[in-house]
Amino acid sequence: MEKRRFRRMFSVASLSFLVAGPVFGMHIMEGFLSPSWAALWWAAVPPALFFGIRRIGRVTRDNPGSLFLLAMAGAFIFVLSALKIPSVTGSCSHPTGTGLAAILFGPAVTAVLGSIVLLFQALLLAHGGITTLGANIVSMALAGPLLGYGVFRLLGRSRLPFGWTVFLAAFTADLATYVVTSIQLALAFPDPVGGFPVSLAKFAGLFALTQIPLAVSEGLLTVMILGLLQKYAGEDLAALRILPERR
Amino acid sequence: MKKKIILILLAVVALAVLPLFLLPDAEFGGADAEAENLITAIAPDYEPWFQGFWEPPSGEVESLLFALQAAFGAGVVSFVLGYYIGKKSPEKKNPLVHT
Repeated sequence: MEKRRFRRMFSVASLSFLVAGPVFGMHIMEGFLSPSWAALWWAAVPPALFFGIRRIGRVTRDNPGSLFLLAMAGAFIFVLSALKIPSVTGSCSHPTGTGLAAILFGPAVTAVLGSIVLLFQALLLAHGGITTLGANIVSMALAGPLLGYGVFRLLGRSRLPFGWTVFLAAFTADLATYVVTSIQLALAFPDPVGGFPVSLAKFAGLFALTQIPLAVSEGLLTVMILGLLQKYAGEDLAALRILPERR
Repeated sequence: MKKKIILILLAVVALAVLPLFLLPDAEFGGADAEAENLITAIAPDYEPWFQGFWEPPSGEVESLLFALQAAFGAGVVSFVLGYYIGKKSPEKKNPLVHT
């Protein structure tokens, strides 16, 4: 099992090495989306935060023990999105950490947690931006977690071992974030000749490729944390009803 | 469990360190400049229309803030984990020694 994981990792790493090139991979920078695109992505934020905050209120009221897990899920996003890690494409990017929150609390709550981190980075670190915050929230705090959560629910019904389900969900949440970022940039900056598809290929070639090994790392770390929680925080975890039923 | 954790941590470290050896000449920049270059190539006339209110005055200050972000997160994660481990372990029994 462990061996297979390593082999898989190495094949992914060497694969992306073949298509290496200088790459950048993080949030969309301040001012780099036109006002109309910026406004469009911003429009998706208030409803997501509304549902997310309402959901947080409900979860913590019904199940006060989940506050600790909520804090941990948020903190996990803080750590992982602060770590800029070298990747096989020759440049650095950072994981998102949103997979854990999506698995534990669902995408709406994750939208709130992810937005807090993105706001912090935009205001204090000049990482991302205020005008592009809407787009970055949509990619990292909404779309990524939503897809990761979808994978988790879908595979949760299959016979796949729980650890693999968690790994693939977190991997998806991480990678999807940067695929969506590429889509957002390609929409805003279509190639003058080939249009959106050509532009998408260019951006995804940079963003998504750099992200693959980081998404693997994030998947592994999420498996580790959830394993520890399963062992020590079984009661509070059971209250969230995300664990597989015993067959 | 312990074995699994060690393997996972080794794999994560390897994934981050290997690129440094595989690509000795790469710059490993995360600079915004690289994405800007791509955008400038596609849309040469595009001018960013908004500037942030504040930027870290230097790379040092920026790395300080990133370090704080990571430290805060790691602190909370460890605190919660420690809380649960302590809660589950019988009194006076050190969970790190006995399991």
